[in-house]
Amino acid sequence: MSRVVRHARHVVGENPVTGVAGGVFLALLVLAAVGPRVAPYDPLLTNTRHKLEAPSPAHWFGTDQVGRDLLSRVLVATRLDLGIALSAVALSFAAGALAGACAGFYGGWVDRIVTRVMDTIMAFPLFVLAMGIVAALGNTLANIVVATAVINLPFYARMARAEVNVRREAGFVDAARLTGNAPARVLAVHVFPNCLPPMMVQASLNLGWAILNAAGLSFIGLGVRPPTPEWGIMVAEGAAFIVSGEWWIALFPGLALMLAVFCFNLLGDGLRDLMDPRRRT
Amino acid sequence: MLRLIGRRLALAVPGIVGVVVVSFLLNRALPGDPAAFFAGPAATREAVEEIRVKLGLDRSLPEQFALYVRDLLRGDLGTSLTTGQPVSRDLLARLPASLELTLAGLLLAVGVAVPLGVLAATRPGAWLDHLTRVVTTAGVSLPVFFTGLLLVYVFYYLLGWAPAPLGRLDAVSAPPPTVTGFLLVDAALAGDPETFRAALAHLVLPAVTLGLFAMAPIARMTRAAMLGVLGSDFVRTARASGLAPRTVLVTYALRNALLPVVTLLGMIFSFLLGANVLVEKVFAWPGVGSYALEALIASDYAPVQGFVLVMASLYVLLNLFIDVVYGLVDPRVRIEG
Repeated sequence: MSRVVRHARHVVGENPVTGVAGGVFLALLVLAAVGPRVAPYDPLLTNTRHKLEAPSPAHWFGTDQVGRDLLSRVLVATRLDLGIALSAVALSFAAGALAGACAGFYGGWVDRIVTRVMDTIMAFPLFVLAMGIVAALGNTLANIVVATAVINLPFYARMARAEVNVRREAGFVDAARLTGNAPARVLAVHVFPNCLPPMMVQASLNLGWAILNAAGLSFIGLGVRPPTPEWGIMVAEGAAFIVSGEWWIALFPGLALMLAVFCFNLLGDGLRDLMDPRRRT
Repeated sequence: MLRLIGRRLALAVPGIVGVVVVSFLLNRALPGDPAAFFAGPAATREAVEEIRVKLGLDRSLPEQFALYVRDLLRGDLGTSLTTGQPVSRDLLARLPASLELTLAGLLLAVGVAVPLGVLAATRPGAWLDHLTRVVTTAGVSLPVFFTGLLLVYVFYYLLGWAPAPLGRLDAVSAPPPTVTGFLLVDAALAGDPETFRAALAHLVLPAVTLGLFAMAPIARMTRAAMLGVLGSDFVRTARASGLAPRTVLVTYALRNALLPVVTLLGMIFSFLLGANVLVEKVFAWPGVGSYALEALIASDYAPVQGFVLVMASLYVLLNLFIDVVYGLVDPRVRIEG
C-alpha cells in the first residue's frame, strides 16, 4: 500500500496539475453535499425588484430575469449535475462491464450479439441518439440518465471485452479453472478484478463527457424543468439575455460546468499516468 | 479498388439494418398511445380505433416493421404535426443549412488543428507545444453551447463585428435562388457578392464554435501520430539520406501521420452532428437540428425519429466514404482488401 502512495505522490509531484484537479474534485463533492446549506439565498426565491442585477457584494454572481440569486442557484445545482453524471456513468459502467466481460469470456453467440449491439449504438451520432431515446422514453430526468448511460455503453463494453479477452488464456485463469471453479466464478473472481484498473481510468475520462452530454440535453430543454437549478438549463435561460449584454446569467453556470469537466478530464489523464506510465502523452 | 468499395459497402449493410431497427424501436417505444395522440383529445373510441387500423398499429410487431421499412423505402418518414408537411420534405429543405455549417466547422478545425499538431510535434516541450496542450484540454472541456454564447457576447454585443445570432441571413436580405441550398455556393453562382458576404458573416461565429469543439481531438491526435512517425526508422533513414527537412516532414512523416487522423474524423463528425443541434439552437440556425428540437419540445415525434434516422444514415455513409479515402491514402489497405 505504501508503494502505491509513494507512486501516487511521485506522479502528483511530476504533474502538480493532477493534484489540483483532485482538490477541485473534492471541493465539488463537498459543494454537492452542502450546497443548499451554504447558499446565501433560496435558489427558487424570486424578487422582481432586484431582477437582472449585475454582480455586486450582495449578489456575487448577480441576479437573473426574475431576481433569483445566481450564486445560490449555481451552488445548489452542483448536486444535481454531479448526480446525473455519476449515476449515468455508474449505470453505463455496470451494464457495459457485464456485457463486455461476458462477450470476451464466453465468445460465440454472446460475443456476436454484444458486439453487434454496440456497433449499432456506435453507428448513431451519439448525442442525436440520446435525443431520440429521450423522445421515445419520455422527457424526464431519469430518462436523461438512461440516455446518457446508453450512449456511453459501447466504450465500457468494448474495453471490458478486450481486457477480458487478453486474460482469458492466462496461466492464473487456467489454474483457477483446474482447481474446479465454475466458469462464471472464474470470470467474476479471477478475471474481472484484473480488468478494473483500466476501466476506472476510462470511467474518470468519461465523466466529463457525461456531464457535457447531460448539460447539453438540458440546455435544449430536455429532462430538467425550470425553475430547477441546473447548469445546462441556466445557461439556456441566460442565452436570451446575452445579446442585450446581461452576460452574468449564462457565464457563471457555464463556468461551473467548464470547471467540472476540465477537472474530470485532468483527473482522468492523471489517473491514466498513475496506472499506466507508458501511455503518458 | 472497386472490389474494396464493394466489400466495404457490404460491410455497411448490417450498420444500416441496425439503424433502421433501432429507429423502429424508438418509434414504437413512444410514450402513450400514438393513435389516441393523433386522434386528439375530443375523439371518440371508434375514431381512435379507426386511426389505429389506419396507422397499422393493430397488427403484430413484425408486420408493423415490414410496413415501416416499406414506408422508408418510399422515402416516407411520416408527417409533422406542427408544420403539417411530410417530414422528409421538411428535412430535405433544412439539411443544406446544417451541412454547410458542419462542413465549415470541420474544415476550419482541420485547417487549424493539423498544422498546430505538426508544429507541436516538431518542437516537443516548446511553448507552442504547451500552448497546444492547454488549448486542446480546454477545447474538450468547453460545452459547445457555452463557447457559442461567449463568442456572441464578445463579437456581437461588445465589438459589434458579427451580425445578430439569428439565422443564416438578415430578415431584410433576400436569399439567392436555391441551387445547392448552400448559401455561400448559391450566392457565388448567382454572382451576388453582397449576399455572399452576408452569408459568410452569419456563418463565421457558428462555424468557429463548432471548429473550436472539433479542433482539440484532431490536434491531439496529429501531435501524437507525428511524434510516433518522426521517431520511426524510415524518417531517420530519410533524414540520413540528406532529404530536405520539409520533404521529410510533409511527404514522409505527415502522410503517414494523417492515417489515424482520417480514422478519427469519422468520430469527430459524429460529435459534430450532435454539437450541431446545440449550435443551431444558440444561433437560431434554421437547420435540421433546430427543426427536430422544435418538434421534440412540441411532443411531435415523427420529425425527431426522422432526424435521428437521417443523421445516422449520414454518419454511416460518411464512414463508408472515409474508408474509401483511407484506401486512397494508404495503399496497404488496398492490398489487404
